Amino acid sequence: MIMPGLKKPGAGAGLIALLIILPLLTDSGFAITVMSQAGVAIIFALAFNMLLGQGGMLSFGHAVYFGLAGYVTAHVMNGMANEDLPYMPVTLIPIVGGIAGLFFGILIGFVSTRRAGTAFAMISLGFAELATALTLIIVFFFNGEEGVQTDRWIREEWFGITYGPDIQVYYLIAVWCVIAAIAMYALTRTPFGRISNAVRDNPERVQFIGYNTHRVRWLAFSLSSFFAGLAGALHAVNIEHIGFETVGLGQSGVILIMVYIGGTGNFAGPILGAILITLLNSYLSDITPAWYLYLGLIFVLMVMFAPGGLAGLIMMHDPIRRVRPRLLLTMLPSYAIASGATLVALAGIIGLIEMIYFLSTTVTRDTAMVLYGIALNAADFWPWLICAALGAAGGYGCARAYPRMAETYNSAMHEARATVAS
Amino acid sequence: MEVFVFSLFNGILYGMLLFLLASGLTLIFSMMGVLNFAHASFFMLGAYFAYQVSDHMGFWPGLIIAPILVGAVGALVERYALRPVHRFGHVAELLFTFGLAFVIEEIVQMVWGKVPVSYDVPASLNVTAFAWQGLDYSAYRIFMLLISVAIFVALFFGLTRTRIGLIIRAALTHPHMVASLGHDVPKVFMWTFGVGCALAGVAGVIGGNVLGTEPGMAIQLGPIVFVVIVVGGLGSLGGALIASLLIGILNNLAISYDFSLYPIFRALGVERDVDGILADLVNLTTGGIAPLVPYLLLVLMLIFRPRGLLGTRDV
Repeated sequence: MIMPGLKKPGAGAGLIALLIILPLLTDSGFAITVMSQAGVAIIFALAFNMLLGQGGMLSFGHAVYFGLAGYVTAHVMNGMANEDLPYMPVTLIPIVGGIAGLFFGILIGFVSTRRAGTAFAMISLGFAELATALTLIIVFFFNGEEGVQTDRWIREEWFGITYGPDIQVYYLIAVWCVIAAIAMYALTRTPFGRISNAVRDNPERVQFIGYNTHRVRWLAFSLSSFFAGLAGALHAVNIEHIGFETVGLGQSGVILIMVYIGGTGNFAGPILGAILITLLNSYLSDITPAWYLYLGLIFVLMVMFAPGGLAGLIMMHDPIRRVRPRLLLTMLPSYAIASGATLVALAGIIGLIEMIYFLSTTVTRDTAMVLYGIALNAADFWPWLICAALGAAGGYGCARAYPRMAETYNSAMHEARATVAS
Repeated sequence: MEVFVFSLFNGILYGMLLFLLASGLTLIFSMMGVLNFAHASFFMLGAYFAYQVSDHMGFWPGLIIAPILVGAVGALVERYALRPVHRFGHVAELLFTFGLAFVIEEIVQMVWGKVPVSYDVPASLNVTAFAWQGLDYSAYRIFMLLISVAIFVALFFGLTRTRIGLIIRAALTHPHMVASLGHDVPKVFMWTFGVGCALAGVAGVIGGNVLGTEPGMAIQLGPIVFVVIVVGGLGSLGGALIASLLIGILNNLAISYDFSLYPIFRALGVERDVDGILADLVNLTTGGIAPLVPYLLLVLMLIFRPRGLLGTRDV
């Protein structure tokens, strides 16, 4: 497995510097909130990829550990505020969440990791539905549909940190994000990380060399739940509330989509996916009601055509870059043509989807709307004609341009191989 | 007594509806190894298509047209989207159908909106079939039962008595052998997928107006159908039937009787005046835990008997 970025300490230090500087560049509270959410998503996505990418286990219920740890954290923080529990700094509270995640991971993981593949996916789905049903039954712990409120400002901590301002929470999340990412990266380099990959690829052979595949999966599952719990605790600290939706199928589905779009075969993939989807989710969901449809379509297209995710697409070009970087420049024109065709097709298709959405959701009889900054009437014929024409032309262009692009790529790879061979 | 009879009847009805979904899903799953996450989405499409058709032409044309449309959509999805994913393995196929379920739900919201549509029971069947002990039983429910039983019988005979059924059953267990004998196995897959989706569509047509036609209906029913096929056993229509009826009846009895679980706790020495987590538990009723039961059954089955009730191989 190729792992870029973090292999080079310089790039890692650069990323950390970026994390420190980024919030100082903006004075928008919303941007800070989005960055905090992205940090939580990165930890959760990396934890999820310990299962899916490194262990080959597809889970539809990993949010169970994220959410349960969030509930435990909220209760612990409330207990500390009431002085029912001994005080510990909020800075260290993610450890509590991690331990809660680990506890549930060990417990549920034992029964669910006996087999991988579809059976594992179905058990995870069963536990996700069980947890969701329980949130509404056990009011004592989950407090029904209301969820649990908490307050992260318990008392002043080191250097006068109170976690009142959002920026302090951002740095808390950033620090834990870096720690968790380094720890999870280090795990992939240990013998355990390697054997976890081997169990994913060929469980029978691993059994022949004397490993217990169930135990390896169980350990991977428990560790992954620990980090998911850590992310859940930070989520509870960040938004000061935890609700039943955090353990549910929806939350598990979103993290699955994030990780897959980012790329499962690469350590940096989930980070990329978490940042990208969180950003798009925060900014696009205000602009278009069809955002989830686009997200679903991107996901389905990724599964069909780019199973390596975005990181996989980028890393496809790494061998060429290493051997003959100049070849990449010669590939640019065919990539530009394909992108142009894609943009035209997207403009048409998105226009159609937006108009259909507008017509089906508008409450008044008024059909005047604004599309791409152009005022038009959705009852007219011409906007539909233009969008359909754009979509058809772009689609035809894509059908022509993508095979050419693949050809260019293949010949460049061929040349790169020839260079290595000579 | 009348409560028992009526909830038993409703349970059988709900169970047969589940069976319409589970029969297609279990055939697809055991033949292609694809757990079709979007199966309940085809059920939803059936309900929405029937709503749209019945809006223009009435209920009866919808009963025929909607399932055919759903089956066609299913066959196209299999041919042009699922088949290319096949080479990436079963997990990729599962991911694809998961994404498909997501997309179908969003498309349904896009076209028909987020609120339920008024897909009603046809007026000709919206009458009381019989009244007993002061409780009315609607003719439409009898009709639903007849349709689902008829489909079960047709499916059973089609699979066990016809040549096509023989090929399908052979492709379930020995796809390579069937291909070697000159049958087009991918085409068999496509037809099975299409017919399975059409059966889900039938369930949507006859169930959508009773259960409510809204964008959340797929995600509510989908996981329960998974439970049915795992509990019943892979590739076993008989198992799917037993599991469907079991879950349907258990669910209805638990909700209509709504027994308190307190006597069990009292027998264990827990009194009503406790705090904390036990306070929630002693106040539980069977109606309250009814949503849990199918998933508990699923988890227990996968752990202790992965082949299900009548299955011949593990999940």
